[in-house]
Amino acid sequence: MYVAVKGGEKAIANAHALLAKRGRGTADSPRIGYEQVRDQMGVLVSRVMAEGSLYDPDLAAKALLQAQGDVLEAVTLLRSYRTTLPRFGITPAVDTAGLPSERRVSATFKDIPGGQQLGATFDYTHRLLVDELETTDVPPPDVPVDEPMPRVAALLGVDALIESDRPAEGWTDPDPGDLTREPTVFPMTRAERLQALSRGDEGFLLSLGYSTQRGFGNNHPFVGEVRVGEVEVEFEVPEIGHAMPIGRIEVTECEMVNQFVGSADVAPQFTRGYGLVFGRAERKAMSMSLVDRALRRDEFGERSVSPAQDEEFVIAHSDNVQATGFVEHLKLPHYVDFQAELVLIRKLRREFQERQATRESAAHDSTREDTNRLEENA
Amino acid sequence: MSEQGRPLNKRAIYERRRAARALAGASHDELAELWDAWENRPEVTYLRGPEAGLVMVQGRIGGTGDRFNLGEATVTRATVMLHGCGLDDGASGTSYILGSHPGHAGLAAVFDALLAVPAQHDRVLAEVIEPLERRQAERDAAAHSDARSTVVDFFTVSREHE
Repeated sequence: MYVAVKGGEKAIANAHALLAKRGRGTADSPRIGYEQVRDQMGVLVSRVMAEGSLYDPDLAAKALLQAQGDVLEAVTLLRSYRTTLPRFGITPAVDTAGLPSERRVSATFKDIPGGQQLGATFDYTHRLLVDELETTDVPPPDVPVDEPMPRVAALLGVDALIESDRPAEGWTDPDPGDLTREPTVFPMTRAERLQALSRGDEGFLLSLGYSTQRGFGNNHPFVGEVRVGEVEVEFEVPEIGHAMPIGRIEVTECEMVNQFVGSADVAPQFTRGYGLVFGRAERKAMSMSLVDRALRRDEFGERSVSPAQDEEFVIAHSDNVQATGFVEHLKLPHYVDFQAELVLIRKLRREFQERQATRESAAHDSTREDTNRLEENA
Repeated sequence: MSEQGRPLNKRAIYERRRAARALAGASHDELAELWDAWENRPEVTYLRGPEAGLVMVQGRIGGTGDRFNLGEATVTRATVMLHGCGLDDGASGTSYILGSHPGHAGLAAVFDALLAVPAQHDRVLAEVIEPLERRQAERDAAAHSDARSTVVDFFTVSREHE
């Protein structure tokens, strides 16, 4: 049981002043503007938006500065802020193939329409630490600019080599559940799981995805396609009476292709894991798609033998705001709680020592008897 | 808050969506500059906002399957009424813009209102929407060109002894 404490206002206020001082650094160095964080630390800002489940690069950058770079603290700031705002409504689903991608690669097909487009990537960099950052001009392209980029899954879909992402008939485009509005109930729909995974902790999902590759799960994955780019968001404005474009957001999408040997009813075909994340978040989108596929074990009648296949284990522990809240609350005053433990331990030790003493004296007595007996026999 | 007197025919919807796209894609500074340059500025009354809120952004599983909730995005909305400068009955306009920029949403609503005024319609398109579209197209073309310059032609090294 947790019993609240009172007092300490002055020390707490001073601690906050000290925190601000630590975050300021030396007074003669300029403060970092949030625009600099937004533009020059875009990947970090993406992570805060994704795990904060709130798309707003300006606010995410401000949260990071306020949190002195503590990602989970910044995520918590965004989550708290969103609870203060009314929700105007729900957007029509974004079309991830709608605008030209900045990045689009496939590890399954070399020659795809539109080509392998690396975009802004850390892949193939030398990973050597440099003293000074420099930027060079990007040369003009020597390939056609306006080439369509169809989905790789659509190429495989032609011969039904890959599962379709919707049933052939009777599809009703169901309304998805919303974890921010309804209590979490297991088992979840795939749509609810994806909502949780998209806001889940990148490190946790990365480790789970990695575990499926190392044999803790039943995956043999290939990156069918990774895309990074902007998509247009529309909103059906009630007072206007039709959908209006309201701006663009950047997202990262990953379609993971997995082997499936088939069953009595279904022919062997490739299956899919899906990842979609706010911002530039390729590692997260890939991890998400691995975990999504692992969690679909029931659909394919796979044995559940690994943590990544356990829906409740994965979803209930993927939210880092909940996780850090529960872990970090341990450092808050637990004095009364601990007093009770202390009393209990002292009592148990007393009883232990009493038992020990009784046993020792009994052992002593029996030793003396043995000695006496030996002496008599001699 | 419903709007009255704005036509819901195909052409009107197309133009209003087009204008909204251009206004949402612009920066607050760009809109402020265009509004400062506007001759005979009518008087602006805010009927609502600008106020901050959220929309839940949805995606589709696999890109085209069932919908799921991806996460929320901040939105700022405003509804304005314009008076004076020949607008006898006034004209109202509404904007919803991603992000947390009240000034941006406010000016977008102003231009949305002017678009509905027959006497101002062509001028809004020519002096505001088209220039904004051109700038957006230039930014997009530059970004797309940069992206296309990273197209790679991998070739498979055939294995020996196979």
